[in-house]
Amino acid sequence: MAKILEVRNLYLYFRTLRGNVKAVDDVSLDLERGETLAIIGESGCGKTSLARAIMRYLPRNVALYKGTIVIDGIDVMKLSNREFDEKIRWVKISYVSQAALNSLNPVIKTLDHLIEPILLRKLATREEAVEKAREIVKLVGIPEDFLYRYPFELSGGMKQRIVIALSLITHPDIVILDEPTSALDVMTQANIMNLLKKLKKELKLTYIFITHDIGISSELADKVAVMYAGKIVEFGPSEQVYVEPLHPYSRALLNSVPRLHEEKIPTFVSGAPPSLLNPPKGCRFRPRCPNAMPMCEKEPPIVKLENGGYVQCWLYAGKT
Amino acid sequence: MPGRYRELLSTLFRFKSFVVGLCLILLFVGFSAYAIVTIPYYEAIRMWNSIEYWQDYPKLALPEWINSFSPKKLPVGTIILDSRMQELGISKSVQQIEYGGKGVVINIKFVFNYEYDVFPSELAMWFFVNTTQPLLVQVVWIKPDGTEVPVYADKLGSYKYYRITGDSKFLSSFERELVKKLGAKPNYAMTSEIALFAKEDESILSKETVYPIKGRYRVEIRATSQDPNADLDVKLNIYGKVYGLVGTDRNRRDLWIGILWGAPLALSFGVLASVMTAFLQMIIAATAAWYGKWMDYLISRLNEIVMVIPFLPLLIMISYFYKFSIWTLLFVVVVLSIFGAGIKTYRAMFLQIREMSYIEAAQAYGASNARIIIRYMVPRVLPTIIPNIVLSVPSFVFLEAALAILGVGDPQAITWGKILDEAYSGGALYWGYYHWILAPSLCLVLISIGFALMGFTLDRVFNPRLRER
Repeated sequence: MAKILEVRNLYLYFRTLRGNVKAVDDVSLDLERGETLAIIGESGCGKTSLARAIMRYLPRNVALYKGTIVIDGIDVMKLSNREFDEKIRWVKISYVSQAALNSLNPVIKTLDHLIEPILLRKLATREEAVEKAREIVKLVGIPEDFLYRYPFELSGGMKQRIVIALSLITHPDIVILDEPTSALDVMTQANIMNLLKKLKKELKLTYIFITHDIGISSELADKVAVMYAGKIVEFGPSEQVYVEPLHPYSRALLNSVPRLHEEKIPTFVSGAPPSLLNPPKGCRFRPRCPNAMPMCEKEPPIVKLENGGYVQCWLYAGKT
Repeated sequence: MPGRYRELLSTLFRFKSFVVGLCLILLFVGFSAYAIVTIPYYEAIRMWNSIEYWQDYPKLALPEWINSFSPKKLPVGTIILDSRMQELGISKSVQQIEYGGKGVVINIKFVFNYEYDVFPSELAMWFFVNTTQPLLVQVVWIKPDGTEVPVYADKLGSYKYYRITGDSKFLSSFERELVKKLGAKPNYAMTSEIALFAKEDESILSKETVYPIKGRYRVEIRATSQDPNADLDVKLNIYGKVYGLVGTDRNRRDLWIGILWGAPLALSFGVLASVMTAFLQMIIAATAAWYGKWMDYLISRLNEIVMVIPFLPLLIMISYFYKFSIWTLLFVVVVLSIFGAGIKTYRAMFLQIREMSYIEAAQAYGASNARIIIRYMVPRVLPTIIPNIVLSVPSFVFLEAALAILGVGDPQAITWGKILDEAYSGGALYWGYYHWILAPSLCLVLISIGFALMGFTLDRVFNPRLRER
C-alpha cells in the first residue's frame, strides 16, 4: 500500500518567556492509506502539538518548526502558506480540533458553516456546496433541517457530528481527530465511535486519532504511537503495542487501564510528566522509569522493529 | 429564522418605552418620507434660500393654531390682491380718452373682507408699470364705514415696490387729518396698519382701545397717462400674523418646510454617523486584537493620541480651511469620533473572543484574517453594540445642531441647528419669537427621547447583565 503520510524528524518548539518549550522533538512516523493511527499519551506530552505541526496550524510563538512531512507524495514543508492552504489543508488533510463542541461560530448557521471550507477555496459554487452539505449531514446521521439551525440549538453529540461533517466536506484523505469524544457522555462517545468506523469503511479514510482514552483508541487503531514528553517512544501495529508493549512507559500506561475480564488492579505511573521547558537529559522517562539504568542518561537509540515499528529505549539497544 | 425575530420583537413590544420611542422615531421617519417625496432636496434648498419665493408670506408669523387658544382672532396668512388675477373682488378697467391729446384712464378696484380682531402685520404694494409717458397713480383706501384714506399718489415711469408699512409721509398726513377730525393726537406711535384698519373715533387715540373695523374694505387705484397704450397692474399684500403649522421666520420662510426637511437630515446624519462610527471602531478594534503585536501597539497608541486631541477646536479649525457640506461634515465628525473609549472597550472584548476555540477552528480550516475579523469576531459583539448605536444617534444629532450654532456646518442645508442658529442671531429670544426657537428645539428633544427610549429598551433586552427573564 502507498504511504499517505510520512513524517521525518519533525520539530516544533514554542517560545515562551521562560525559554523554549520542546513540544514536538524529533518525531518520525509513517502511515498508509486506510490505516488508523492512534496517538496516545498523558496530557501535555505534545499530542496536539504534533497534530498541529502536521496541519501547519501553528500558534504565534513558534521558535522552531522543521522536519519533513510528505502527504500523498507532496513534500508539504516546501509549500508556501498559500499553497498549503490551497492544496493540502482540508483538501488532503483535515482536522477536528480538541474543543470540537466550541469550535462552531455561534452566530452562523450550520449550513453556512459546512460550506465555509469549500467557499474559502472556491472549490465549487454555493449551490454545489449546499448540495454537498446535504449529503454530508445525511452521512453523519443528522436530519437536513438541522442545517438551518444555529450551533446553540444543537446537542453536544450533534455538534460533534457537525464538526466531523465539517472535516469531511471536502473529501480529504486524512482526518486528524483530536480527542473527538473527550467531552461527551459514554453513550454519545459510543455513537461517535460507531460513526467514525462507518465513515472509515465508506469513505476509505485515514485517521490520526489523538486520545488519552486507551480503551477507545484500541477499537479503531491499526497503528499506535505512544508519546512521552514531546517524543514518540514507541510506534508499532496495535496488536503489538496493546498486547506486548515494549517501552517501560507504554507498559506503565497500559497497566493503568482497568480490564474487564481480569482480576488485576490498575497501577499508576508515579511522578508527573517533565516540564517540556527543560526536559531531563537522555531518556526523558528516566526519572519515573522502573527500569532506569545509568546508560539512560544518554539519548536512547531508536530501535527498529521487524513489524515496521520502533521503540526508543536503551533496553532494546542492540537486540535486533 | 423569522420565528426568532418575531419572538424578539414581541419581547421588545412588551416594553411601553420601546413602543413610545418607536412611535416618535416613526413620526420623524414619516416626516422624512413626506419631505423627500413632496419636495426634492435640491429644490428644497433652492426654495429655502430664495427671497422671491417667500415674498407673499407674513414675516415672523405665529403658528395658525394659536387662534384656537386666543380670544382675539389673529389675521391668517396673507391677503393677496393682484390685478393680473381674475378673481372675485378684483376688477380692472382701461379706458382710452381724448381730451385734446390722447390718453388713458386705468381703474383698479380691490374688495376684500377683513374679519379679524387684530391688525395685520404688514402692508406692501407692487406697481407693474408699462408706459412711455409717466403714469399718475392715486391709491384710495375705503374702510367698511365709508371713511376714505388717501394712501398714495405719485408719478410712476417704471416698476415700483411700495411698502405702506413704515411710510412716514403717509403717516404724518394721516395724523394731521386725524387731529383735524378728532382734535387730538393718538398717544402712541401710529402705524400704517392701524391707520388703514382702525375705526376713526375716540378709540383710535389710545393703544388700549384701538381696534380694526370688520367688514368689506375697498381699495381704489386710479391711474392716468398721456400714453394711450400705457398699462398698469397692481399687487397688494396684506400680511397676517399667523401662518401654517409652525409659523414663519424673519425671512418670511415657512418654518414647517425647514422642520420637515430637517428631519431626514437629522435622522440620516445621526444614524449614519453613529452606525459608521460604531462599525469602524469595531473593525479597528478587531484588527488590533486579532493581529496583536505591533499592529495592536500602533492602533492603541494612535487611539490614545487622537483621544486627547480636543474635538471641537480641531473641527472648527478644519472648518476654517474647508467649506463643509453636510456630508463632508459627517465624514470629519466620524473620523474624529472613531478614536476614543469605544476602541478600547471593543478591543478588550475582542481580546477575549480571539482566544475562543471556534476562532481556532476557523483558522484550522483556512479562513483568512479578514474573514475571521468580519465573519467570526465582529458578529459576536453586535448584540452589545446595537443599543450603543441607537443611544448615540441623538448625540450626533445634537452635535450637528451645536455645530450649526457655532457656525460650523453646511451653510446651505436646512437643518434644525441652522434654524436655531438663525433664530438666535435673529434675536428670537430677545424679541419673544418663541415659535422660531421652540419648533426646532422640540424636534431635537423628541428625536432624542425617541432614540433614548428605544436604546434603553434594547439595552435591557440585549445586554446579558441587564436581561430580564
